[in-house]
Amino acid sequence: MDTKKEFMKIGDKTFKSRLIVGTGKYKSFDETRQAIEISGAEMITVAVRRIELDKNKDSILNHLDPKKYTFLPNTAGCYSVKDAVMTCELAREAGLGNIVKVEVIGDEKTLFPDNEATLEASKLLVKDGFHVLPYCTDDVVLCKKLEDIGCTAVMPLAAPIGSGLGIRNPYNIKLILEAVNIPVIIDAGVGTASDASRAMELGVSGILMNTAIAGAKDPLKMSLAMKMAVECGRMAYEAGRIPKKLYASASSPLDGMIDL
Amino acid sequence: MKLTINGENREILKSQNLEDLARELDIQAPNFAMALNKQVIPRSKYATTQIKENDQVEIVHAVGGGI
Repeated sequence: MDTKKEFMKIGDKTFKSRLIVGTGKYKSFDETRQAIEISGAEMITVAVRRIELDKNKDSILNHLDPKKYTFLPNTAGCYSVKDAVMTCELAREAGLGNIVKVEVIGDEKTLFPDNEATLEASKLLVKDGFHVLPYCTDDVVLCKKLEDIGCTAVMPLAAPIGSGLGIRNPYNIKLILEAVNIPVIIDAGVGTASDASRAMELGVSGILMNTAIAGAKDPLKMSLAMKMAVECGRMAYEAGRIPKKLYASASSPLDGMIDL
Repeated sequence: MKLTINGENREILKSQNLEDLARELDIQAPNFAMALNKQVIPRSKYATTQIKENDQVEIVHAVGGGI
């Protein structure tokens, strides 16, 4: 058995875990910390927001060891190129690094990305020296364009953010994997462990999720389930599944049957 | 001096630059960043970036977030 484990490479960094987790929606900083530890993730997303001037000054970063994790600041909530670019610049100045998850939302109800604006913002940020990981729709042409302008990876959504609908169009993900030579990371839509496995079985480099873990009845248990599911799915991909066939093919030999 | 900080009107007593301002506001986040009048200011320039009446200041930090 080939026990060699391939790592996930993003920019100039290598990650043993192919699971990237968000830090939102947890009940407390303590639960966030525990869920992330259990998930085994080494890359974690954070949002950039105004400091509440007169409130409790505790910060999520007091609870997450920066030596253990690579932060992936996002531009969640940005609806314009300008806001997304400025958010990334602020994240870099705040010491969160230069790998950024660019999202420019185009529709409030579906939280689908504005692909045109995402491409534009990505272009500006690549020029400014960022490693850009754009959240985008599962569109082959767009993903190729994002690769062409120098994005480090593409992050097509599997289903709307927080919907838990799973991989709605695995065929598009397959096509994107064939079309680009940069890592493809599934971003958004995973609901449960089997969704994560299925995504990994397609051959994607990694998966980013938040709500599926944080919103589960037992987030810590789900975090472990997701860790295992991502590992299983990746292993199955590397092992190479059998082709699908319409008809049966016996797995017991036909020779040597007793003659009754 | 009146400033707009994170969208709120604030009266600032003694700060002359962004470094003073962060101290006066008791910003303790381990990582924070500042923008002055919609321009992101590099951390190394907080002490030399002067603030004046009616300036708009944004002070941000990392919070829990996913996608």
